[in-house]
Amino acid sequence: MSGTFLGMPVFGTGNLNATEPFPTAAHRELGNAQLRANLGHATHTIRDKRLKVVSELPDWEDLRNAGSAIKENVMARLPELLETFEANFTARGGIVHWARDAREANEIVTALIRATGETEVVKVKSMATQEIGLNEHLESQGIEAFETDLAELIVQLDRDKPSHILVPAIHKNRSQVRDIFLREMPGVDPALTNEPARLAEAARKHLRRKFLSAKVAVSGANFGLADTGTLAVVESEGNGRMCLTLPETLITVMGIEKLLPTFTDLEVFMQLLPRSSTGERMNPYTSLWTGVTPDDGPQNVHLVMLDNGRTAALADGMGRSALHCIRCSACMNVCPVYERTGGHAYGSTYPGPIGAILSPLLTGITSEENASLPYASSLCGACFDACPVKINIPEILVHLRGVDVDSRRRAVKVPSEMDLMMKGAQWAFSSGKHLGLLEKGLPLGRLAAGRDKLIKKLPGHLAGGWTQSRDIPAPPSQSFRHWWAANRETKEQA
Amino acid sequence: MRIALFATCIVDAMYPRTARATVAILERLGHEVVFPAGQACCGQMHVNSGYFKEALPVVKNHVEAFDMDDYDVAVAPSGSCVASVKHQHQMIARRCGDTALEARAGVVGAKTYELSQLLTDVLGVTNAAAQLGSHFPHTVTYHPSCHGMRLLRLGDRQRTLLATVGGIELVELPEADQCCGFGGTFSLKNADVSSAMLADKAANIRGTGAELCSGGDASCLLHIGGGLSRQGSTVGTLHFAEILASTLEQPAEMEMAGMT
Amino acid sequence: MSARDDILARIASALRDAPVAPAIPRDYRRATALTGEQRLAQLVDRLEDYKANVAVVPAAAAAVTVAQLLAGASSIVVPEGLPSSYLSALADLTDDGGAPAVLVDSPARRLTVAQLDAVDAVVTAAAVAVSETGTIILDGSPDQGRRIISLVPDRHVCLLTMDQVVEVLPEAIALLDPTRPQTWISGPSATSDIELERVEGVHGPRTLDVIVLS
Repeated sequence: MSGTFLGMPVFGTGNLNATEPFPTAAHRELGNAQLRANLGHATHTIRDKRLKVVSELPDWEDLRNAGSAIKENVMARLPELLETFEANFTARGGIVHWARDAREANEIVTALIRATGETEVVKVKSMATQEIGLNEHLESQGIEAFETDLAELIVQLDRDKPSHILVPAIHKNRSQVRDIFLREMPGVDPALTNEPARLAEAARKHLRRKFLSAKVAVSGANFGLADTGTLAVVESEGNGRMCLTLPETLITVMGIEKLLPTFTDLEVFMQLLPRSSTGERMNPYTSLWTGVTPDDGPQNVHLVMLDNGRTAALADGMGRSALHCIRCSACMNVCPVYERTGGHAYGSTYPGPIGAILSPLLTGITSEENASLPYASSLCGACFDACPVKINIPEILVHLRGVDVDSRRRAVKVPSEMDLMMKGAQWAFSSGKHLGLLEKGLPLGRLAAGRDKLIKKLPGHLAGGWTQSRDIPAPPSQSFRHWWAANRETKEQA
Repeated sequence: MRIALFATCIVDAMYPRTARATVAILERLGHEVVFPAGQACCGQMHVNSGYFKEALPVVKNHVEAFDMDDYDVAVAPSGSCVASVKHQHQMIARRCGDTALEARAGVVGAKTYELSQLLTDVLGVTNAAAQLGSHFPHTVTYHPSCHGMRLLRLGDRQRTLLATVGGIELVELPEADQCCGFGGTFSLKNADVSSAMLADKAANIRGTGAELCSGGDASCLLHIGGGLSRQGSTVGTLHFAEILASTLEQPAEMEMAGMT
Repeated sequence: MSARDDILARIASALRDAPVAPAIPRDYRRATALTGEQRLAQLVDRLEDYKANVAVVPAAAAAVTVAQLLAGASSIVVPEGLPSSYLSALADLTDDGGAPAVLVDSPARRLTVAQLDAVDAVVTAAAVAVSETGTIILDGSPDQGRRIISLVPDRHVCLLTMDQVVEVLPEAIALLDPTRPQTWISGPSATSDIELERVEGVHGPRTLDVIVLS
C-alpha cells in the first residue's frame, strides 16, 4: 500500500459485501418456516426484556443524549483521541499496530501469533475479526482459531455463518443446537437434552481444557478509553474473562471508531449497552485492562487499530453517525424486516438496520448487491427509537438511497422501471394542474376494476409485485380536487 | 380559524371522502376551510426512494401552494405526508442548494398539522361524540401508522379521538406498533418482505374480530385493505376522519371501507 | 507512509468539514437518591434476580457465614490481602471432612492454573458494588487478588461492606482507578445465546455468593 493519499475515501474489504441483491436473498430466507419461527420467538423475547429494563430507568433519554453527544465528540476529535489512546496504552506496556484494511489486519495478527510459536488460539466474540475474515485467514496459514462464545461456537461447529451481531446463532433453536452438538462436539454426552442450561454445560466441558491451556487469545473490544488507554470487553459467559486473563499473549482487534474520550464516559455506555443488547441491567462480566498488568493476566499485549473503510464512512457527513454504533443489536431486534428475513439475507457481517447503512458506508455503493441494502427497510423508524446512541438510521437509509440513485445517474444506463416511474410521478406531482389532469382519468380505473371494484393484477415487475398479495380498490369517479372545484369554489364565487 | 387543507395526493385521487370528512369536521367546529388549488403531493415517495433531484420540483410546488398568509394553519389527514412536509422538505432544498426554498419550506412546515394534532392540540377536541357529534356504532380496531407514531410523536391522539366516538366499540390490535409493510416503494422493491409483514398485520387485524381497521394514513390503509381483500376477508379499512365525521343523521357509508 | 500516518491522514481528510465537538449533556443521575437501607435492599433484590446467593450479616458474623457457606469444601483459594478475620471460623468446621485447606495466592507463591482448577471456591473482597444493577467490581487490590483466582474456581464467595455499596454506576466509576485491571461481575456466569433466554452457568464461576456486612 503506497502513501499516495489524494483525499479520496478508501473503502473497506472483507466480509462486508452482500453476494446477491437483498430482495433475492430475502425471498429465499422467507421460504424457511423454521427460520421465521426461530427469529420471531427470539426477537419477541428480547424486545420484551429490553423494554422492561429500559423503562426502569427514569433517565434513559438523558443517557441516550449523553451517549449520542459523546460519540459525536469522538468523531470530531478522532485523530487527537487515537493518539492519546495510543500513548497511554503504550506507556503501560501494550503494543499498538495500525491496519488500513482487512488484509493488513489479518497479516499483523498472523505474524503476532507466529512469533509466539503457537498454532492454536482461543477467541472472544468479535465483530471486527468477523468483518476482516480473520478465522479463514488464520486457517489458510495453518493456525486454528477456536471460538469460545456459545453462539459463535454453535456457528463454527455447524460451519455456518453468523446471522446476528450479538447472538450469531439466533437463527437456530434449542433442538437444532443440540443436534449440532451431538454431531460435531467430540466426547459430548449422547443423552444431551435441548434444555439451554444443559447445552451451556456441554459448551463449558468442551472448552474448559482449551481455556486452561491456551497460550494466545484474540479478542475484539467494546470500548477504548482514550484518557487512560484502557480497553473494555463486555460479555456474559466468562469465556471473555478466560481469554483475557489466562493466555500469555493477548491480541485485540478494534475499529478506530470504538474510542470514548474518557474513562468516565463508561458510566454512560455501560448503562446503555447491556440494557439495549441482552435486555439486562448489567451483563454478567465486563473486563477492563490498560496495557500490561505485571503479574496479572497476559504479559504480551497487542492492539490492532483497524480502519477498513471507517475513514470512508467518516468522510460522509450525512452517514458519519453510523460509526457511533456500539453493536448492541437493539435495531435488528426491533426491525420488522430483520425479523422476517434473518441476518444472512444481508450478506455482510453487519445485518439488520445498522448493517443496511454501515456495510455500504464501509464499502462504498459500488456493487448492485450492497446498493440494495439501503432499500431493505420500510422506514418504519423502530430502529431509531431503539438505538441507544440515537443513530438516525432511517434518515441515513434515505441518504444512501440518494447516493445510489445519483451514482446510477452518472453511470448513464438504460432507465429502470423505477427511474421511469419517478420521472412520471415528478411531472404529476409538481403541479396541481398536472395532477388534476391525470385525475380526469380516474373513471378509466373504475372500468379496469370491473364489477367487484378491485384491481387484482397490474403489469410490470414493480407494480406486479404489489398485486401479488394485495388488491387495489376501484378509484372514485371524481377526485377531491374536482369535487371541490365543482361544489365549493363555484359556490364561493357565486 | 382559516384552515388550508392539504388533501395529499393519495386522498385526493383515491379517497376523496377522507378529505370531505376532514372538511366536514373542521366546518362543524366553526372553522373555514380553503383548498390551495396548486397543491399536489408532498414528494415523500421521491425522497424516500432516493430521487432527490426529482423531488425538488414536487417540494417546490408544495411550498409555493402553501406559502401564503391567508390561512392560519394547514392540515392534512396523514401522518406521513405531514412528517415529510415538516422533516424532509428543508433537507431536499438544502441538498439542492436552494436556501430561499429551505427557508420558505421551514415556514410552511411549522404551520402544518396532522389532523389529530390539530384537533387535539389546537382546536381542543377531547370528546368526539360531544364536540363533533361523532357516532359510529361498529366494532373497530386501530393501526397507528409508523410515521405518525415515530416521526410526529402523535401518541394516543388518533386513538383517543376514536375512543370518544358515540356507539363505537374500539378493540385493541395486538402488535399494533408493528409496521404494516407498506413503506412506499419498499412494497414494490421488496415486495416479498412487505407481503410477509402485511400478512402478519392482516392476521392480527382479523384476529380482533373487528368489522374494520381504522388509521390515520390512507396509504397504509390502502395497503392493509388490499391485503385483507386479497385474503377474502370482509374486514374493511376506514380513515379515522371518516369515523369522526360520521353522525347519527349522516352515518359513514360502509361501502367506502370495502364492506359491501 | 506508515499505516498509522496513512490512517491519520485519511481521518484528517474525512473531517475536512470540521465538525464541531458538541458539549456533552450529563443530565443523567450521577448521585444516589436512596438511603443506605434502600440501597442494601435494592442490591439484594438485583443480585438475587440474577441468581446470586446473598447473605446480609453483621460484620462480626462474617467468619461464621463464610464457614457455613464453605462447609463441605475440601480446598479454597484466597488472595494474600484478604482479612484473615473472614476465615477465622473455618477451623471450627468439623462435619463433611472438616476444615478446607486454604491456599493463599501471593506474589511469593503464585498458584498454577491446575491448582486453581482443583479448588472448590475462591473467597475475595471487592472494590465497590452498584445496587441498581447488582454489580460487584473487583480491581485486583490485595484483598481481591489476581484476576485468575476469581475466575477459574467454580464458586466465588465475595464479601462487601456497606460503605462500598453505591446506587448508580456513575458513583462507582468515580471511585475506581481506571488503570487497575477490573472485573465487573453481575451474577454468576450466564448466557442468552440460545433463543435469547438467560440461563446461568457457563465458563465463569457457576455459583456466586455475596456476603454483605451491614
